[in-house]
Amino acid sequence: MTVMQHIWIVLGVLFVFLNIAAGLIWVERRLLALWQDRLGPNRAGPLGLFIVLADTLKLFFKEDWIPPFADKWVFILAPAIVVASVLMGLAIIPFAPGIVVADLNVGLMFFLAMSSLGVYSIVLGGWASNNKYSLLGALRGASQMIAYEVFMGLSLMGVVMLSKSFNLGDIVAAQKDMWFIVTQPVGFVIFFIAGLAETHRLPFDIPEAESELIAGFHSEYSGMKFGMFFIGEYLGISLISAMTVTLFFGGWLGPAFLPPVVWFFLKTFFFIGIFILMRASLPRPRYDQLMGYGWKLLLPLVLLNLLVTGAIALWLKS
Amino acid sequence: MSLVFYISSFIAILSTIMVITRYQPIHALLYLVVSFLALAVTFLSLGAPFAAALQVIVYAGAIVVLFIFVVMMLNLGKQTAQQEKEWLQLRAWLGPSILSLVLLAEMAVLLLQDDPTGMPAAVVTPKQVSLSLYGEYIIAVELVGFLLMTGIVGAAHIGKHKKKSLHRFLQTYPNLN
Repeated sequence: MTVMQHIWIVLGVLFVFLNIAAGLIWVERRLLALWQDRLGPNRAGPLGLFIVLADTLKLFFKEDWIPPFADKWVFILAPAIVVASVLMGLAIIPFAPGIVVADLNVGLMFFLAMSSLGVYSIVLGGWASNNKYSLLGALRGASQMIAYEVFMGLSLMGVVMLSKSFNLGDIVAAQKDMWFIVTQPVGFVIFFIAGLAETHRLPFDIPEAESELIAGFHSEYSGMKFGMFFIGEYLGISLISAMTVTLFFGGWLGPAFLPPVVWFFLKTFFFIGIFILMRASLPRPRYDQLMGYGWKLLLPLVLLNLLVTGAIALWLKS
Repeated sequence: MSLVFYISSFIAILSTIMVITRYQPIHALLYLVVSFLALAVTFLSLGAPFAAALQVIVYAGAIVVLFIFVVMMLNLGKQTAQQEKEWLQLRAWLGPSILSLVLLAEMAVLLLQDDPTGMPAAVVTPKQVSLSLYGEYIIAVELVGFLLMTGIVGAAHIGKHKKKSLHRFLQTYPNLN
């Protein structure tokens, strides 16, 4: 691959995913409205599509206020971390044969590393705001994300065992005959739940639970700094959906009448839809319920999954 | 690759110095994260991507987050910064830094004697790491597992509260959380 081709791939991935993240503003509102039996944004432009433009313009022109009691530099740094870490995570996803930004042989580990760095945006944002609601949100966010990172990593180890590689291209290639959703259903369910918790989306949005904590860790943020958290969340949804597709649903694989990239994005959009359906249909658990559910139910389950997968893999080998 | 190595190790040293000299605990921890990330890049430049990824996941992603978590809970304000400022007197750090400068000079001399570009270029794959972990060093891995397990059991024991009932009415519902 020439350097120029590589640069085009990087720019293409950035362009496509930033646009998906912005477009999700409209998609989410329309889908929520559909499921709640109302119309949703339908005034600006065809089908209300210009809501994206209106919303972005509004965010850009709002006063970008830094509270005098906040720790200025950390306050500015926090929203940048979430977007940067998620965009870095997108680098290792293979969209089609040969279309990948960084074909690392520790790709999966790189994804886990980047998603674990995302915690800092919540923790630092909440701390730097110097506000008790923000601090409570940050404390919740930190413990929730550290806990669910453990299950996220462990739930993927079954996939690694079966495909014998950390490279995502190899993992997709290993699903040529059978998708890993068939052989690793428990791993998929736990990965998806952990992904919900990592992106702190409803039902696991307790770091920002607006009915108790105003807006949690980003209570003090306004203007485009809030916009970064907003876009970071949508980018996180896209990243987790793309990872789910790559790891469990065969990535770009599909019948030959459509090109591989189209298959990849079709499957990804399906999971983005599931994310939004989760938000529309499930209530938020209490904080201690969330932690108890993680450590007492998911951890034993994921360890059991790992044990059984290992045993079967050894049995098939001998 | 050796240029990457030198840049990242320079950043690691610089950020570690910043960790020591910051008065505000959270700022010190932020520099600690930078130091760990620089160390990960150092590993990467030495051909150990697996160790680099683990460095970021375990140290930068989990342990420092827990440090920040604790510091946030303690709610250290300006008073602590003042206290730190008083601790960081010139005569407290002058002696140790002269001694470590001597060590640094010695290391530089030793490094410059050999060919400095002679770093191992072979990349260690995850497979090699796991084969040596679960083959050659299996006993060490299991012993570390025991050690961590005792840590968890100890923490669970210390953290366990005896249920205290404040009123006799509450005693009738022992399973109420």
